[in-house]
Amino acid sequence: MIALTSQIETPYHRLPAGLKLALMCLFTLALFLHDDLRVRLAALGVVVLLHLVPGMRFAREAAGHLKPLWVFVLIIAAWHVATVTMADGLRVILLLLAAVGLANLVTMTTRLDDMIGVVRFLTRPLRGVGLRTQALEVSIALVIRFTPVLAQKGAALVDAWRCRSPRRPGWRIVTPLILLAVDDAERVAEALRARGGVG
Amino acid sequence: MERNVVFIALFAALIAALGLIPRITLASGIPITAQSMGIMLCGTVLGARRGALAVLLFLLLVAIGLPLLAGGRGGLGVFATPWAGFLFGFPVAAFVTGLVVERWRRGNLALIAGVAAVAGGIGALYLVAVPYYMWAKPAGLSEALITAMAPFMPGDLIKAVLAGLITAALAKARPDSLLSRA
Repeated sequence: MIALTSQIETPYHRLPAGLKLALMCLFTLALFLHDDLRVRLAALGVVVLLHLVPGMRFAREAAGHLKPLWVFVLIIAAWHVATVTMADGLRVILLLLAAVGLANLVTMTTRLDDMIGVVRFLTRPLRGVGLRTQALEVSIALVIRFTPVLAQKGAALVDAWRCRSPRRPGWRIVTPLILLAVDDAERVAEALRARGGVG
Repeated sequence: MERNVVFIALFAALIAALGLIPRITLASGIPITAQSMGIMLCGTVLGARRGALAVLLFLLLVAIGLPLLAGGRGGLGVFATPWAGFLFGFPVAAFVTGLVVERWRRGNLALIAGVAAVAGGIGALYLVAVPYYMWAKPAGLSEALITAMAPFMPGDLIKAVLAGLITAALAKARPDSLLSRA
């Protein structure tokens, strides 16, 4: 499975993941608290600039990730045009674009193992009070391994349906998919137990 | 222990897989993604605690940058929109759904699971998502109901009914795997 990290190497890749996440949280919070139109416009400008530093190819890739956002922008715009509160709408849309753009930038420039490192750091207090977090790490690995497996089984069920019916595959393939997932789960649990468990 | 961990992980993967398979088109022609039905099924099949944990695990993987949401979306950006209340409400939805199935044991399972999915996957979910939208956007109640709730309501009702039917079918085929009733 492909993570959303960009293959284009940027200077941001070398920054520590924790630092990037902390800066992102501060920036978003500050922006949320300041609803001045100029502040938000400037903030969006900064985010756009940050995207342009690594080059146009990177900026275009980022824009691709942000495409689903336009639906949300349209819904907000439609509401504020309908209620004649355009200035408020603009404030909200600027905040949305800046906050989501920056968060997307962090995701695109932070490798999955660095993110998992942050998760491990954040769950350290839990280990301090005696909780065993190995289960969490095993679960993360299991989800990453089994999402493509289940997606493939789902696709096979869709194909099998199409072989037999001219109609589109409907919700009926969800039941066999869950059956397959449950059977996999029982077998994997048994295999894990046989190999000493998850700690 | 192992069984709980693996079921939680595989249902997190199932939520993702339901977002990846081609979207389901209803007889009326309304396309819906099966992903939020996955949230309901986590509750009806795994029960309150395990169901909520499976959803939290799914959201954690989305947050650290895996494109697991329907349409291949993911990363931290999806948590920064006013609609993110739906994501934050997902674990609550699974918990409430599971709680209803765990507590209400006598009667037709398809009906119970369907009612549970309405209570959790619609009731509890919107109780989180609508106030969050009002706070994060910020918006008034009527605006939140029109722009955050109304577009998803018909699809969610259908998904709750289907979640009930699917849970009953699973209980018939694999009664031991229905952890919410174990």
